[in-house]
Amino acid sequence: MADFFFGLPVVVQAVVKGLAVILFIFPVAAACSMAERKVSAWIQRRPGPNRSIPPFLVGIPGTRFLQRLGLWQLMADGGKFVFKEEPLPDHVHRVYYTLAPVIAMVPAFTTVTVVPFGAYLDPHGGVVPLVLANVDIGILAVFAVASLGIYSLILAGWASNSKYPFLGGVRASAQLISYELSMTLSVLPVFLWVNEPGSSGSLSLARVVAFQSGTSGWGGAWFLFTMPVSALIFAVALFAETNRQPFDMPESEADLVGGFHTEYGAFKWSLFFVAEYANMIVGSAVFSLLFLGGWNLLPWLPLATLMEGLHHVTGWAFWLHPLAVGLVSIAIFVAKVLATIFVFMWVRWTVPRFRYDQVMRIGWQKLLPLSIANLIAYAVGIYFLQG
Amino acid sequence: MAVEHTIPDTAAKHAQGAFETERMSISMGPSHPSTHGVLRLQLELDGEVVTKADPVIGYLHRGDEKIAENMTYNQFVPYTDRLDYLAPLANNMAYAIAVERLAKLEVPPRCQAIRVITAEMARISSHLMGLGAFGIDVGAWTVFLYSFTEREKLYKLFEELTGARFTTSYTRIGGVARDVPPGWTDRVLAFCDQFLPQLEEILSLLTRNKIFTDRTAGVGVISREDAIAYGLTGPNLRGSGVPLDLRKDRPYSGYEQYEFDVPVGSRGDAYDRYLVRAEEMRQSVRIIRQAIAGLPAGKWYAEDARRIFAPPKDKVLTSMEELIQDFMLVTEGPQMPAGEVYFEAENPKGALGFYVVSKGGGVPWRLKIRSPSFCNLSILPRVCVGAMVSDVVAILGSFDFVMGECDR
Repeated sequence: MADFFFGLPVVVQAVVKGLAVILFIFPVAAACSMAERKVSAWIQRRPGPNRSIPPFLVGIPGTRFLQRLGLWQLMADGGKFVFKEEPLPDHVHRVYYTLAPVIAMVPAFTTVTVVPFGAYLDPHGGVVPLVLANVDIGILAVFAVASLGIYSLILAGWASNSKYPFLGGVRASAQLISYELSMTLSVLPVFLWVNEPGSSGSLSLARVVAFQSGTSGWGGAWFLFTMPVSALIFAVALFAETNRQPFDMPESEADLVGGFHTEYGAFKWSLFFVAEYANMIVGSAVFSLLFLGGWNLLPWLPLATLMEGLHHVTGWAFWLHPLAVGLVSIAIFVAKVLATIFVFMWVRWTVPRFRYDQVMRIGWQKLLPLSIANLIAYAVGIYFLQG
Repeated sequence: MAVEHTIPDTAAKHAQGAFETERMSISMGPSHPSTHGVLRLQLELDGEVVTKADPVIGYLHRGDEKIAENMTYNQFVPYTDRLDYLAPLANNMAYAIAVERLAKLEVPPRCQAIRVITAEMARISSHLMGLGAFGIDVGAWTVFLYSFTEREKLYKLFEELTGARFTTSYTRIGGVARDVPPGWTDRVLAFCDQFLPQLEEILSLLTRNKIFTDRTAGVGVISREDAIAYGLTGPNLRGSGVPLDLRKDRPYSGYEQYEFDVPVGSRGDAYDRYLVRAEEMRQSVRIIRQAIAGLPAGKWYAEDARRIFAPPKDKVLTSMEELIQDFMLVTEGPQMPAGEVYFEAENPKGALGFYVVSKGGGVPWRLKIRSPSFCNLSILPRVCVGAMVSDVVAILGSFDFVMGECDR
């Protein structure tokens, strides 16, 4: 299977990978939007969407359960965005107005490709990460591409040629740039630790996971526990970067109506929506890789040990098959990503929203100094630890 | 901790040739998520800072006062539902008492107690709505749904009592439409018992939440003097530290019998107004419990209101005198003495006043409504200047106004 795939021309491989991304992100983002509605319903003590069902499916066993889960509602929502009339207000700058949602999608889809999502064991027992594009610059690629997403917000705000979107766009540009700094600084200690002196330096995310795959000592502990401040700063900045409450200044519907997407509707709006969830998924994935040990089940219990243990306990050789390892690792990783996304939703439906100037103050006066201090402290600590 | 916003003097900067700026005029409302109906604020912004706020009202004007001049006193009761449509029972009561004072009617104690119970329930439901809307304005959606759940329980009780959930039209001149149904008071007490812990849970989402306090403390500060000068009433006035509560100061409908505290704020900011409303809900529960415990027996309408109330139908069909009375009532309306009266009741939103002028006959010659939301909103141009756009939303939320009442 793998040999067949790698035997294909490079262009075909790229197309397949691209399709895989689109076919993965769209349904998962849509499922996340439904999960958001269900989680909010759960938090707010109400059933959430549980009514819609296609008439021809009524009565078929199992569909009732899916109806309660809101699966058909999800499809109806998605279909609605595709089939609705596309409003194009007269006062907008048409080209940029149309371009903005497209630009929103590009970084969201691109970053997915460089995020490893699982691993399998090669014949020698080594852990090989599963990733669409295993670039050595890893986290740098994520940051570089993800930061392009802000252009879509600015462009949408400006091209709408309307006052509330304009304010939203201004807020977006200021906020996203401010929090990128802290975010980047907060992950530096991780890579300082991972790349020991003398090793070939790498910013690969897979390497961070490999470092957290030790069975004892510092190596096995997740960075969440060894670098809690970094994890905190990264998580807060992630909220801000993905425009999630309490940092959803660019759209903050209470005062800016819809913020940068006020003038958008139908499919264009849904592209922003999917992009937001895609960013959230990628952000959660990066957080899981950096701080939650990636596809390792527990601290000091890495994937390879887990699979060998399962093999030992049950006696099934099946556990060491690359496919089984791959599936288990993906399951563990996805579970962590979903748990992180759940925290995103949990926070959104629990706390109020900051004010714009408070967001900026937190970013520049609290998080940035904290992340710099954190970086220096860990740099010194790592020097003595490794030197 | 008052947050000081300095408005940069753009004119001076412009004169120095530093940069060119322009103030942006933006229309907030009448169709905006946070203007609670159809208030429109014409804002002038310098960046995110409001330099001028001009409320534009009247989008919900229905001419209630003029309508009143063309109908009998009892016919106007449903229109009072639509003033502050979040507390119709309290409006009904205020209007009924005003007209009863004009007609010099004394309602029996049972009627008074029932009215107090319903008015306090209306207060709780209105404050719950205000709390939830305030939550949404600062971004806390869950608060809204929690408080709506509690409000729904109240609406079930309203429906049982009056037959309507929203537009209750419960009072009549000289009484209430019907006695409380059997077992209703027990269900109200049961609601009160479960409501207080629920309220604490709802409030625990906000009261000590750092984000919420940052968003509301020091925002929309109204000094004691300003609050009085602008004619603020209700929780907005008490939030500024003025302990004026008509239920205490000019008791009506037997409020003097009940023990309750009047909470006041200390700084007059949005957070204080929130706290005042929260405490008022607890005090309302106290009043309801006392009123139900001491609910007197007897009639739920004044006997001598018969010239206003229709006589029993079987008597109308069999007895001459009642037939004539019924005829007069139907054709000309209840006959009111000439005179004028002004009555203010402490409604959830503030002092709701009815000024009724009668020249005798079945319809008022003039009916003026003093609506608390209208007076409370008059201070907006003052408090909004210097605030940020998001603060305007928080200030509006903390004011808890209803445009149906403001525009009448």
